Amino acid sequence: MPEFTGSEPPADTTAALSIRGLGKRFGETVAVNGINLDVPVGSFYGLVGPNGAGKTTTLSMATGLLRPDVGRIWIQGVDVWKNPLEAKRLVGILADGVRLFDRLSGEQLVTYAGLLSGMTRETVAERVADLLRLLDLDAAAGTLVVDYSAGMTKKIALACALVHAPRLLVLDEPFESVDPVSAANIRDILQGYVRSGGTVIVSSHAMDLVQRLCDHVAVIAAGRVVAAGTIDEVRAGSTLEDRFVELVGGRQRAEGPSWLNIS
Amino acid sequence: MVEHLVRLRLLLLRNGLRRSPWQLVAVLFGGLYGLGALAFATAGLIALSGAPVELARTVVVLAGSALILGWLVLPVLLSGIDQVLDPARLVNFPIPSAQLLIGLAIAGVLGVPGIVTTLAALATAGTWWKHPLIAVVALVCGALGAITCVVGSRMVTTLSSTITSGRRFREVGGTIILIPAVLAGPIVVGITTGLDTAQDALPGIAEGLSWTPLGALWAVPSELALGNPGVAVLKFVIGVAALAVMALVWRAALAVALVTPARATTRAIAKGNLGFFAHVPGSPTGAVLARSLTYWLRDPRYSKQLILIPLMPALFWFYGSMSDSSTFIILIAPALALLLGLSIYSDVSYDSTAYAMHLSLGVSGRADRTGRALAVLVFALPVVLVFAVGAVWFSSAWELLPGLLGLSIGTLLSGLGIASISSALVVVPVPSPGDSPFKAPPGSGFTTVASTFATWGIVVALVVPELALFIAAAVTGDMLFGWLALLAGLILGPVVLGLGIRWGGARLDRRSPELLETLHRQR
Repeated sequence: MPEFTGSEPPADTTAALSIRGLGKRFGETVAVNGINLDVPVGSFYGLVGPNGAGKTTTLSMATGLLRPDVGRIWIQGVDVWKNPLEAKRLVGILADGVRLFDRLSGEQLVTYAGLLSGMTRETVAERVADLLRLLDLDAAAGTLVVDYSAGMTKKIALACALVHAPRLLVLDEPFESVDPVSAANIRDILQGYVRSGGTVIVSSHAMDLVQRLCDHVAVIAAGRVVAAGTIDEVRAGSTLEDRFVELVGGRQRAEGPSWLNIS
Repeated sequence: MVEHLVRLRLLLLRNGLRRSPWQLVAVLFGGLYGLGALAFATAGLIALSGAPVELARTVVVLAGSALILGWLVLPVLLSGIDQVLDPARLVNFPIPSAQLLIGLAIAGVLGVPGIVTTLAALATAGTWWKHPLIAVVALVCGALGAITCVVGSRMVTTLSSTITSGRRFREVGGTIILIPAVLAGPIVVGITTGLDTAQDALPGIAEGLSWTPLGALWAVPSELALGNPGVAVLKFVIGVAALAVMALVWRAALAVALVTPARATTRAIAKGNLGFFAHVPGSPTGAVLARSLTYWLRDPRYSKQLILIPLMPALFWFYGSMSDSSTFIILIAPALALLLGLSIYSDVSYDSTAYAMHLSLGVSGRADRTGRALAVLVFALPVVLVFAVGAVWFSSAWELLPGLLGLSIGTLLSGLGIASISSALVVVPVPSPGDSPFKAPPGSGFTTVASTFATWGIVVALVVPELALFIAAAVTGDMLFGWLALLAGLILGPVVLGLGIRWGGARLDRRSPELLETLHRQR
């Protein structure tokens, strides 16, 4: 068994998501090393960290897609790995780096997701129509997802995550390759969702986006949480980006190599 | 630059082998097979030195022409097999096209088929070891012939990838190609029986071929040996000119390919047209059923199996007519039942990481298994029944019908049941979604074959009662055994399917995250 380090405060079962002592190892690499995290209900929570910090691994384990080596996870008090089916009803996932059933048309794919989560056909039809309109995918409803652009694919995956009206939304890199207009639309949808009592967790590289959009943020580096709290607590007077660089380290000298000085 | 490309090719090969030991085994077997073929060819070629020049000439020209033809045709049939050093991936680098051409050609030789072909082509000199001068000419012509093989196949690959970069075209083309592949047996039998009768015509065919780009180079040494230096020069020119034309065409196609990114032909269905989704029960099971049916029609990896439905009977009918017995025709229905029943064996593997959706939405394993099995039953059951009835009608053996129905239904349902378990247990290496259905992923050879045979074996063992009763009915002619076989199929089949769905589903409920992890690695 791999050795993970870190102490554990008691779990917060009222939180939308509560993680304690989470660890995962792939072969020799420790991807996640003792993460503790509480995401309050109704928060818009940003998860930031350098490439390979363990964001996707953490989110996969938190949503029941990847079995942790150690640690426990609760979604609104439901233990994800003891009652996976119950927990999954509460959460909608936009996973990064997985395929979709892309031989279906966009409309069919969202319908599929809706029916899979056990809703009646009428509810599904109504919600699919709403989501396609909201995400500006009406014109491409009948196009096969395999022929979608990267941004459209993100949007249709988001629709699949939203269709069963989850209490918690976990979005891994939701804005990657999405055009500015669609990104703004998605932001509106998510902010409305949070206002109505839902909880959103987004992982992202875009610091200014997280600073503008989220009210809470956790900085993850080398498989551990190095800072977590409200945006103002974490950035401590500085910008989130500067604070991030300070926390994570690894900033190189500002100038590139001399051969890259073109003039 | 050329050296770089060649080194890249070797590096890719080495890293591929490192990643999967099974691929190493596959390459070793391929190498052994190639060595065997090479030794056989070399021995044959040297033995020809004792034969009359006319015979040597006929053999060498025919074999050489077949070799070049094979190199030209195989890449089309096996599209996507050798994507190592795909020009599309080199688009971003400023490589002068002449060097790219040479680099890709050399890289093309560096593989088991390329090396074996080259050595075999050079071995044509062995036929003329008694005449050193002719042997030298044969060596040159052999080398040029081998280069023609590689350049020709590269030309075809590049041309076809330029023309067929549209997804639909590639998929449809890839599926249609299956027809000659399945009928290879009958075609080969037809040709060999044809050859038997047309043996006298072979020298004539060789003579004809020797005037074409396929055979010209191979005929040069024998023309010299026969004392026709003029004809030899002419054929040499034909061969070299053909090589030059191929190189030029390849170069032009490459230039086009380098500036034409793979484009997608979009295809849309009408908005609001949910296809199968509109006709299934509004439940997770129904959703899986509709999704699976859609994939059976839309994903070439599935639909290539549908082509087997009309082809299999043709195949069995052919062998049946050869042996003058109706056994083969009677067996069509159970054989189809076995194939179609086991067809969902690689279902989860075909999903690839899209399976994450089932996991994230908490789809119960039983709904997953039931939906997939039902999708096959919807079309497989009618097909199998029709072929069972058709076969007894065709061979007027109505007394076999109850037993045959029992055997076929039992096999179909048992196959679905076992495949429901095995596809929840093992991820088999399959082509990724969107790849050519014939692309062999690394390590597919041995592991796939081993686990497939295990699954087949279990299914056959489970239908032993139906099979035994059916045979008893056929041998004794006693209808009682036939009816018992039907009864056995109608009882045992659903039982195996039910248990398969239950066990497979329970396995999914417990181990889906691990399954997804394996699917991730598979990519």
